[in-house]
Amino acid sequence: MNYIIIKNHQSVPVSSIPEMSYQLFFDLNTSLTEDHPDRHCVLYFGYREENSVHLISCIADDFQQNIIVSSSKVSSDDLLNSFSAKNISFERFEREIHENFGINYTDHPWLKPVRYAENRADKSQTINNYPFYNIDSEELHEVGVGPVHAGIIEPGHFRFVCNGEQVLHLEIQLGYQHRGIEQLFIEKDKLIQRITLAESIAGDSVVGHSTAFAYLWESLCGNTPGYETLFSRTLAQELERIAIHTGDLSAICTDVAYQLGSSVFGRLRTPIINFIQEWCGNRLSKGLIRSGNNPFPFTKVLAGRLTKVLDAFEPDFIEMNRELSTLPSTLSRFERTGMLKYEKLLSIGTVGMSARMNALPRDIRTTHPYGLYPELKHEPILKHHGDVYSRVQIRREEVLQSIAYIRYLLNNLPEEGLIEDKILTPRPDSFTLSLTEGWRGEICHAAITDGEGKLITYKVKDPSFHNWLALALAVRNNEISDFPVSNKSFDLSYSGHDL
Amino acid sequence: MLTTLKILYHQGKQFIPDLTKAKVPGIFRGRPEISFENVDQKALIDVCPTNAILPNPIRIDLGKCTFCGECSRLFPGKIKFTTDYKLSTNERSRLIISEGITEQVSLNPDLIRKEIHKLFRGSLKLRQVSAGGDSSCEMELNACGNVNFDMGRYGIEFVASPRHADGIVITGPVSKNMAEPLQITYDAIPTPKIIILVGTDAISGGIFEGSPAIDRKFIEKNHIDLYVPGNPVHPLTFINGVIDLLGI
Repeated sequence: MNYIIIKNHQSVPVSSIPEMSYQLFFDLNTSLTEDHPDRHCVLYFGYREENSVHLISCIADDFQQNIIVSSSKVSSDDLLNSFSAKNISFERFEREIHENFGINYTDHPWLKPVRYAENRADKSQTINNYPFYNIDSEELHEVGVGPVHAGIIEPGHFRFVCNGEQVLHLEIQLGYQHRGIEQLFIEKDKLIQRITLAESIAGDSVVGHSTAFAYLWESLCGNTPGYETLFSRTLAQELERIAIHTGDLSAICTDVAYQLGSSVFGRLRTPIINFIQEWCGNRLSKGLIRSGNNPFPFTKVLAGRLTKVLDAFEPDFIEMNRELSTLPSTLSRFERTGMLKYEKLLSIGTVGMSARMNALPRDIRTTHPYGLYPELKHEPILKHHGDVYSRVQIRREEVLQSIAYIRYLLNNLPEEGLIEDKILTPRPDSFTLSLTEGWRGEICHAAITDGEGKLITYKVKDPSFHNWLALALAVRNNEISDFPVSNKSFDLSYSGHDL
Repeated sequence: MLTTLKILYHQGKQFIPDLTKAKVPGIFRGRPEISFENVDQKALIDVCPTNAILPNPIRIDLGKCTFCGECSRLFPGKIKFTTDYKLSTNERSRLIISEGITEQVSLNPDLIRKEIHKLFRGSLKLRQVSAGGDSSCEMELNACGNVNFDMGRYGIEFVASPRHADGIVITGPVSKNMAEPLQITYDAIPTPKIIILVGTDAISGGIFEGSPAIDRKFIEKNHIDLYVPGNPVHPLTFINGVIDLLGI
């Protein structure tokens, strides 16, 4: 067998990942993912090892609930066959490998820069000379938007090719938010620095990313967190899902000029994040998740408060949603807008909510469960139209599902007074992969240590890495005026992509 | 129509009547207070992720602090975070909290430019630029305008174009790739104009300090009118800072 099979959050010696020739590596990974909707690439990356580049591919098998890891060593000046030519979902991973190490591919569709990373191989590539796709025609025009947008959001550049009001093509150029996080994970060697970095990857997915780091670190150090820690993490993840989904519903209403929905959902988010602050001192859960300890144990008093908050939240949330889904003026903007078919979602490797909007059941809580999710027996919510309305419905139903999970958790409180505080030391020569399901979708962190247990590689993949292409394809043939609501209904992360 | 009225009735009044006196619920890590207790100084400094704790005597720089609370968790007798959210000031050195200090952080009235009171007191329009921000401060700035905080009551608003703005609100450590768009946006704002830095990342670089992928030149060369610390900033910290700057 020329690959190794691991579970989510499992550490293995680096040497146990078999190395093979690039041709075998290519055959293995492209055949594993061929005609297998239950398998997709969660991470494919390279790292430098002396004069060569070590490539590691991680294919998640949702059916078997494990991850297939394989590797190959190549050189920077090699000319390789690209996985993307056979399976387009590898497209951005290969562009990243090309950008970071200068590896060239014979048949990749277009090796465009991904994020203009600080440690890119070719420094002559700068963010101002991005090679946009353009169509030469007197009947068409281009619309450029950004990097600085009209609202209070992160920067990114959108270039539309339009025929009148109709969008023929949208290209999304990212990289403006690049802060060099993966490199900082290696350089800043205090644990508190690393968890702070994890919390800063994407401010709307603080719990998603910080739990991915925490589980990874604990696995790397051979530690298993106790029930009270798992409880806090699971609860925090579901609270984050409720808060962000509700805020997104507000923003979606704003984008179709529905003032009442915008105000009501906007204010409904407040008690949820205020409760998070009551619990941990920060409205967006920064400081709540720590590796090796659980600094804010969940108490009976907090449970009583949260029950009250949810009891007040739920009827208002349901009432507002009922109104939103009966208004012809909102439905006409939501239905059949920003649609993507199942086959398309599958081929580009979409994950999370953006996959579930059209029957692709990608949800780490079910397929690679962790924390208390095995106990919750989570079933993903699936929709079947792939339009803005499907994404609205998913949010509505996932919020109600999360409330039900939280109610279950509140009936199974951990014992009070247990305080875990462990000093953790990472094991040498190890590889760990950690997957969590943030509100947006699958978050993946991976780490490799050297002979002394020091980090030599840290990789982070936000679900937005897969899903930005889904947005670009979803707006084709839409009116350009529908772009804001399509964009918001995906709500992808710029900083999570650009790191 | 009836349903709409019913929803409105069920929502009741959601706005905070007085934003300058509102209390934050539960625990909140706002302005820290440092006691005179003797502690192992080196060990204390070492717990901070961003070197925000300065030695001899012990001080905390709120411009660098990520409000993670690690120092108060490990040295509870030495450092305590209070729920005081009024942290904004216009003088960088006022963000440094010394031992025994229990007074609020405030603005230095002598440093407020005259035209700010004269021109912007009744109406201040701001353009926000996220330059490597992780969207946490951005979400809190959006919250400033929601029905709970309703910053618009003071005539303070975020606008879509720099041409309509009286100033710029910067979040994030300023990534290299955003340095030029930030400068272009700033240049497009008519003078006189103000600069507000929101969040620890914007004020000092925060956890990203020293990263080769950030570029702090814009921050270093321009006069800053208001520093709003936090990670992310609380809407009340931002709103109170701006109304103090305007003298409302």
